[in-house]
Amino acid sequence: MPSPTLQKIPVTVLTGYLGAGKTTLLNRILSENHGKKYAVIVNEFGEIGIDNDLIIGADEEVFEMNNGCVCCTVRGDLVRILDGLMKRKGKFDAIIVETTGLADPAPVAQTFFVDEDVQKNARLDAVVTVADAKWLSDRLKDAPEAKNQIAFADVIVLNKTDLVSKAELTEVEARIRGINPYAKLHRTERCKVKLSDVLERGAFDLDRILDIEPDFLEAGSDHEHHDHDHHHGHDGHDHGHGGLKHYHDEEMQSLALRTDKPLDPTKFMPWLQNLVASEGQKILRSKGILAFSDDDDRYVFQGVHMMLEGDHQRKWKEGEPRESRLVFIGRELPEQIIRDGFESCITS
Amino acid sequence: MSDFEPGDQASIASVTDRVRPVAIGAAVTAIHFLGDRAAFVGAEESVALVDAEGGISRVTVHGGGILCTASDGVRIVMGGDDGKLAELNGKGEVAVLATDPKRRWIDNVALHPDGAVAWSAGKTAFVRSGKGEDKTFDMPSTVGGLAFAPKGLRVAVAHYNGVTLWFPNMAASPEFLEWAGSHLGVVFSPDNKFLVTTMHEPALHGWRLADNRHMRMSGYPGRVKSMSWSAGGKSLATSGADAVIVWPFASKDGPMGKEPTMLAPLQARVAVVACHPKQDILAAGYSDGTILMVRLEDGAEILVRRNGTAEVAALAWNAKGTLLAFAAEDGEAGLLPL
Repeated sequence: MPSPTLQKIPVTVLTGYLGAGKTTLLNRILSENHGKKYAVIVNEFGEIGIDNDLIIGADEEVFEMNNGCVCCTVRGDLVRILDGLMKRKGKFDAIIVETTGLADPAPVAQTFFVDEDVQKNARLDAVVTVADAKWLSDRLKDAPEAKNQIAFADVIVLNKTDLVSKAELTEVEARIRGINPYAKLHRTERCKVKLSDVLERGAFDLDRILDIEPDFLEAGSDHEHHDHDHHHGHDGHDHGHGGLKHYHDEEMQSLALRTDKPLDPTKFMPWLQNLVASEGQKILRSKGILAFSDDDDRYVFQGVHMMLEGDHQRKWKEGEPRESRLVFIGRELPEQIIRDGFESCITS
Repeated sequence: MSDFEPGDQASIASVTDRVRPVAIGAAVTAIHFLGDRAAFVGAEESVALVDAEGGISRVTVHGGGILCTASDGVRIVMGGDDGKLAELNGKGEVAVLATDPKRRWIDNVALHPDGAVAWSAGKTAFVRSGKGEDKTFDMPSTVGGLAFAPKGLRVAVAHYNGVTLWFPNMAASPEFLEWAGSHLGVVFSPDNKFLVTTMHEPALHGWRLADNRHMRMSGYPGRVKSMSWSAGGKSLATSGADAVIVWPFASKDGPMGKEPTMLAPLQARVAVVACHPKQDILAAGYSDGTILMVRLEDGAEILVRRNGTAEVAALAWNAKGTLLAFAAEDGEAGLLPL
C-alpha cells in the first residue's frame, strides 16, 4: 500500500545558476522515452524545445506571509498555478518547477509547508541543483544565490565535467562538499544523468528519511564514474590530508550531531523549536532521526528555515543501534550554541 | 465515517428526497443558471447544461482546464489554461472573446450588467466595454481577483499588497487600497459602500470606500474561498470555518467592531456558500459532502444532502430562487426545486 503522501503529485524543484544547464536537463527529462507526462512550470517561455500544453510560465513572485515571520516567504504564483493545474489532475504524473538562475529555493519549498491547498494535492519531491563544473567555484565566491542553491540541494548535477581537468573537478567537488556533504552528487556531461537519479527521490518524505550520512561515504553504487576522488574526506577534517583537499566554506556549513544516548523529548522538542525560531533565517535545511527515552519508535523530522515537520516513523528494529542524528545546513551557524543545546537534551 | 446524525434527528427537516440527482460524471468547478437551465462548468473543457427535467447537453468550450467563470444570467464568460476567454449563452452557443497571444492562462474574469467584461492574464488586467473597446492595465503583481463596482465602469483588481481601483474610461490615475499580503478574491457590497477581499492567509480584508477605513475579518481556520452577499446585501456569508461565518454589513460601519454570526456548525469545513437571491436563506456546502439550507435570522437548518461523499464544489440558485443546483468535486450533482 502506498502511503497517502505518495499519491500526491510529486513536485521536483530544478535550480541552478545562470548557464549551468537547467534547460538542458529539462529538455532531457521531457524528451526521454519514459512514458510519463510532466507539467512544467518555467520562468522563461520558449527555451524548451518540446511541444507540451502543460508548460506554464511563472512570474516567480515571492510573498511574505502575514504571520510576523520575515523569512516565511512563499511563491504566490506557485500557489495559483498548482491550484489551476489540479483541474487537470490525471493528465500528468509529476510537476517540475524550474526557478530562475538567481532564485532562492526556500520560498518554493516553504510553499509546500505552509499552504493547505498545495499540501492537499502535491508534495515536494526534491530540490535538484544543476551546477557548472567550470564556473561554480567562481560563482561560490561572488554569487550568494549559487551558494544557496548548493546548500539547499538534495541532488546536485555537476554538469560540463568534460570542460574541466581532473584536478579542477576534484577542486569543485570539494567546494560543494564543504557546503553540502549530504546531497547526492552526479557528474555529467550535457546533463546526461539517469532520470531516476533526479526524479521521484522522496527527499522530503518523512517516511524515507532512512539515513543521514554524507553522500561520499555511501558513494560508489550511486555513481557512474568510480574513482578514488570520491573518498576524499574519509579521514575527517584534516585539510589537505593525503593530498586531497577538503574545503571549509567560511559562510555556509553543515553541522552534524550524534549521540547514542536517548534524548529527552520534553527537553529536545522545545529546544529544536526555539532554535529554528531564533536561528531559522540562518538554517536552510535541517533533518533528523531521533531516539527518545522510553519510546520504541524512531522519530524523524525535517525543516526548511523556521518550518519544521516531524512524526514517529516506525519501531526501532531489533539490534538496530538507537542513535540520534541531526544535520543542519546553514549560513554562519552558531556551532557551539547548537552543540551545547543538543548536549543538554541528552538524558543522563 | 459516521453518517450525518444530528443530536435529535427528528428536529432537522430534510428535503433530501426532493433532490433530482444529476450525473455530470466529471469534476465541476462552478454552476451558473442561464434561464432555467443550470450550467455545470467542468474543471476541464466542457460545460453541461441541465434542464429542469434533468436532461443534459454538453458543450465544449475550452481546450484544457477552465480556470475562472462569471455570469450575468444571460451568458457565462470563462477563462481557460488554453489562453482563451470564451462565452457560452443560453442556447448553448460558444464564442471566443479573446485569445492571449502568448497562450498565458486566463486567471480571472468579471462581468458588468451593461455588458462589459474584465479578465486577467498574469499581471495584466483587461476590460472590454459594452461597446467593444479594449483597455489594458499592468499591475505591480499577478492579479488575484477582479470585480466590477455595481455602479459606473470601475474595476477592483486584487493583487499582492492591496487592491487597485481602476476606472478604464477615465484619465484619472487609479486609486490604490493598500494592505500587506496577497489578496486573492474581491467583491463590492451591492450598495457600493464596501470592498472585501479574501486573502492568502485565512482572513478577509475590507475597506469602507467612503474613507478607506480598514476592516479586518479574521479567525478562520482555513482560507476563505467562497463569499456570498445575502439578498439586499445586509450581510456577507463566507466559507473557511466549521460553520458559516456571516459578517454584518447593514450599518454604515459594516462589521467594524462587531462579531460575525456563526451558523450551521458541523464537524466539517464549509467549502461553498450561496445566498438565496430574494429571501434571507443561504445554502452551504461542506468538505464532507453535506449541504444545508440555513435561515439567516435564526440559523434553522434543512438538510439537502447527506455527508459521506466528496467535498461540495459548487452551489447556485436560479434568479427566481426556485431551484438550487449543487455539485460535488467528483461530479455527483443535483437539482432541488423549491
